[in-house]
Amino acid sequence: MTKNTALKKAISAPYLVWAALFIIVPLIFVVYYSLVDAGGAFTLDYIKSIGRYKDIMLNSIWLGFVATIICLVIAYPLAYIMARSTKNVQRTMMMLVMLPMWMNLLIRTYSLMILLQDTGILNSVFSFLHLPERHMINTRGAVILGMVYNYIPYMILPLYSIMAKIDYGLVEAAQDLGASRTAVLRKVILPLSLPGIASGFTMVFVPSVSTFYISKKLGGSTFSLIGDIIEMQFKSANNYNLGAALSLILMVLILLCMAIMNRFTGEDDDGGVLI
Amino acid sequence: MKQKMSALSKLYIALIIVFLYAPIVVMIIFSFNSTVSTSVIGGFSTRWYQSLLHDTGTIKALTNTLLLAVTSSLIATVMGTAAAVGINAMKRRWIKKTTMHVTNIPMMNPEIVTGISMMLLFVFAGAMIHKDDVLGFGTMLIAHITFNLPYVILSVLPKLRQMDPHLPEAAMDLGCTPLRAFFKVTLPTISTGITTGLMMSFTLSLDDFVISYFTQGPSFETLPIRIFSMTKKRVTPDMYALSTLIFVAILLLLVLLNVSQVRGERKLRNKLDKEGA
Repeated sequence: MTKNTALKKAISAPYLVWAALFIIVPLIFVVYYSLVDAGGAFTLDYIKSIGRYKDIMLNSIWLGFVATIICLVIAYPLAYIMARSTKNVQRTMMMLVMLPMWMNLLIRTYSLMILLQDTGILNSVFSFLHLPERHMINTRGAVILGMVYNYIPYMILPLYSIMAKIDYGLVEAAQDLGASRTAVLRKVILPLSLPGIASGFTMVFVPSVSTFYISKKLGGSTFSLIGDIIEMQFKSANNYNLGAALSLILMVLILLCMAIMNRFTGEDDDGGVLI
Repeated sequence: MKQKMSALSKLYIALIIVFLYAPIVVMIIFSFNSTVSTSVIGGFSTRWYQSLLHDTGTIKALTNTLLLAVTSSLIATVMGTAAAVGINAMKRRWIKKTTMHVTNIPMMNPEIVTGISMMLLFVFAGAMIHKDDVLGFGTMLIAHITFNLPYVILSVLPKLRQMDPHLPEAAMDLGCTPLRAFFKVTLPTISTGITTGLMMSFTLSLDDFVISYFTQGPSFETLPIRIFSMTKKRVTPDMYALSTLIFVAILLLLVLLNVSQVRGERKLRNKLDKEGA
């Protein structure tokens, strides 16, 4: 048997080498670039210059957080309704939720921009209904809407898959024992669906905080998130060192948020909920 | 107990569907617009679909995207399945744990960080070998394989854990070589996990923009990259036409999958009924 186990271990070797080369080494490069200047000499200037981007950073985290909470509030009842409906409805709903995910994010965001434009369709509808026209594009609200629109399927799917597994005998038992509707929600459904909330939260929060396309299209040129600043350093300003330093901070901040999140849900990272 | 939906639930679902699909409907409508405008409808026409057929750049980008998605998902599936088998056999807990933590990194990290970290590596390696055009198909392929691998490993690993470890042992006791036991016993048992991993890798790779954006070079353009450079300027409706076609293709694929699934279940039920009778 030992020979067989050794063989089995050996076939994971290509992956281990790959992971070291293309997961670990690139991260070391991020750290390295953020600690040297363009000439390669050691400096802490880039890390220190983070202070200048503090507001943008906090703003990104705040917008990402608001978008995630909105997703959760919208998705939670939907996931519950889906989990309790017939098999056919479940199947159809899954398909309807997943279909927009396979549309390119850029195209979806661009279409949203067209809807929200000052001369766009929503405003045409408003004026048709004799409502006052509204300026919607290039506002914070538009950016949050873009995040919610693009990432809400990532909240619905994990919530639904965890709620579909809940044994509804428990809900009925609680009702039989006299629990009110809110008590059932608070004491039975909510605790049982916590792992789904945790993975949905991660799946929406991380891409929202680090986005650069959504803010560029829906927030306009006056509105920048941390992702925009990082993208600029690599694609136009050619300041790789500053870009690396900002990425490092972003990564650390997100890991911190995740750690706080995991404390709340007490989730073990072994396995986790994958969609 | 499954119950009938209340009117309120139905309304709620309808509102969310409208929210999810309004931008897509807008896109489909404007793909048939006879003018270039994206706010005024001029009349019905298929001119954008026709111009798409003659747009060699877009067609090239489409074939590039498919090429990248097929190769990266196949390589990631083979390497990831092998890795999962190895990881499952690991005895020491801390080695296993560390490996899983590293595997989770590309999934947990923001895409932009994964993208730039690889870009830094490639640019550095390029400077070492005095080549300034390292970024291209090769670097994108490496990047796509890397972000696909965790999805393959995490879909195969649970199947391996669920499998009875005595099964391959029994096969070997009956005279199979370890390799034959793997192909005859282990592989069929974990095949659903492998298929899920492959499907996920393929779709992730097709749709990826952020990581591709940082590891791409001018020599190899994929569809998301092309769409990005087009949305920098004013988008012409032929991009809508293309997206509409992609949308319809995915819709058909999903419906077909669903129908075959329902059929399979019905067949199984009929069979069970007959056996019961």
